[in-house]
Amino acid sequence: MSAATVTRSTRASRIAMVLGLLGLVVLAAAPWWAGRADLRLMGEIYLYLSLACLWNLMAGYAGLVSVGQQAYVGFGGYMLFALTVFAGLNPVVAILVGALLAAAISIPIATLIFRLKGAYFAIGTWVVAEVFRLSFAQIQALGGGSGSSLPVAVVKELGAKKAAREATSYWLALGAAVIVLFAVYFFLRSRRGLALTAIRDSEVAASGLGIDIWRTKLEVYVVTSAFTAIIGGLIFLQKLRISPDAAFSVNDWTAFVIFIVVIGGIGTLEGPIIGTLLFFALREVLADYGTIYLMVLGLVAIVVMLKAPKGVWGLIRDRYDLELFPLSYRVRQKD
Amino acid sequence: MSALLSIQGLQKSFGAVVVADATSFDISEGEAVGILGPNGAGKTSLFNLITGTLKADAGQVGFAGADITTHSAAARCKAGIARSFQIPQPFGGMTVFENALVGATQGAGLSGHEAEEHALSVLDDTGLLAKANARAGTLTLLERKRLELTRALSAKPKLLLLDEIAGGLTEAECHSLIATIQSIHARGTTIVWIEHVIHALLAVVERIIVIDFGKKIAEGDPKTIMESPEVKEIYLGVDPDA
Repeated sequence: MSAATVTRSTRASRIAMVLGLLGLVVLAAAPWWAGRADLRLMGEIYLYLSLACLWNLMAGYAGLVSVGQQAYVGFGGYMLFALTVFAGLNPVVAILVGALLAAAISIPIATLIFRLKGAYFAIGTWVVAEVFRLSFAQIQALGGGSGSSLPVAVVKELGAKKAAREATSYWLALGAAVIVLFAVYFFLRSRRGLALTAIRDSEVAASGLGIDIWRTKLEVYVVTSAFTAIIGGLIFLQKLRISPDAAFSVNDWTAFVIFIVVIGGIGTLEGPIIGTLLFFALREVLADYGTIYLMVLGLVAIVVMLKAPKGVWGLIRDRYDLELFPLSYRVRQKD
Repeated sequence: MSALLSIQGLQKSFGAVVVADATSFDISEGEAVGILGPNGAGKTSLFNLITGTLKADAGQVGFAGADITTHSAAARCKAGIARSFQIPQPFGGMTVFENALVGATQGAGLSGHEAEEHALSVLDDTGLLAKANARAGTLTLLERKRLELTRALSAKPKLLLLDEIAGGLTEAECHSLIATIQSIHARGTTIVWIEHVIHALLAVVERIIVIDFGKKIAEGDPKTIMESPEVKEIYLGVDPDA
């Protein structure tokens, strides 16, 4: 037949790809043009962007609304400290090994919490994260409840001089964000990504069309947990100090991330990017106002949820039919 | 003739509500069978038991010679059972073409160009090709019903289960839908159809099964069934003893 052809890229997506690659080159060169404070801030933005993309894949696509991803952020952070201090691993190697361990530990956790649905699932994930926090607080070798600092010898493996270390740490964060973004993008573009998107829209119809919902969700949970642990390792490689309360903070690693994804646009690939930029813009503007900062964040979240439930990107997409990441299929008919 | 679908002693209840009570019947390959019954008789539950959305308390579901009673909904779709939902369940954030592509890649197991061609040809059959790029959430009722049909067909089913697909349509819409279903049946797909729009059902099916309170109360050719006292009582409220 072939009365029609199928394409995926659009003009907007091609322009976005070119601009994105140019932007990436500029950002990769940041250690030569940005100040130290800016470099730190940008590193933090990349790590939050990664966390937001991962949480969005889980909650926005797989319907796994977790409020306990701080379990894997903290786990990744602690694995960095434990594996460098006790096993003598290079920090980057330690972070990757930590990710594998996080994947391994996420499987039994998933079989447990996947029995819970909706709000119960959310609470279950939080309980798991609290169990992690309390468990790591018991380990005296890692500083117990008060935590510990990364030894100078380990830090120096990233670079002999402070400037070199900061540049390395910046590139690691940028690299992680690029990898996460591309991994999520290529996954969503694949056949399994199509299945996951179907699950997002209707689970009952998806299972009726041959999609194994449980297995798909398990895969997403395990992979996001492993990546979240990598980001956790990088976060605490920047901070150089870890404690149970900082590592397993529901505020820092989940509440802010949910805010980012919801205001940006949940269930879209562009949403977390826009949300991250908005979040950091608000944070920098309101930095001097203390608690008012959190109240404004709350207010913005409420207004967006009421006025634009699909987030800022949802508004833009519906109005201009835009797509920066070419995930959609477009059918062109020939007559 | 071999039975494509074989239901034996199917039992299912939710507390005191019995939705399937020792239900047994066979559907032969290539047949088109209608299912009638009042609201709440257990017709949709029967479909849920056949597709695996519900698990039976007792009894067996056989398909193409295999016992699939314990198989998941996904496995049953891959084996060749697809359905349309009474209340349309579109993948609302995806385009119409992508909805069809889900069935083609997951249910029918096709990939790449082959899957795209199959999805396009099904859209052509069901008259939705012009709407291929529309988001499914923006469709009208008729288009949603057609999308249900499209998605089920995209999974290349041997057995197609239609759940009140003609309900709520105008006469003209209903006629064009009937023509589509007739042509699908003519190409060899076995069809089981739950429908309250009797003239639509009678235009396609060769046999009718009547269900009430989860029990099969009558079965036979459409003419005999429509004249039977049980059906008259259910649909016209006539007391058969009067």
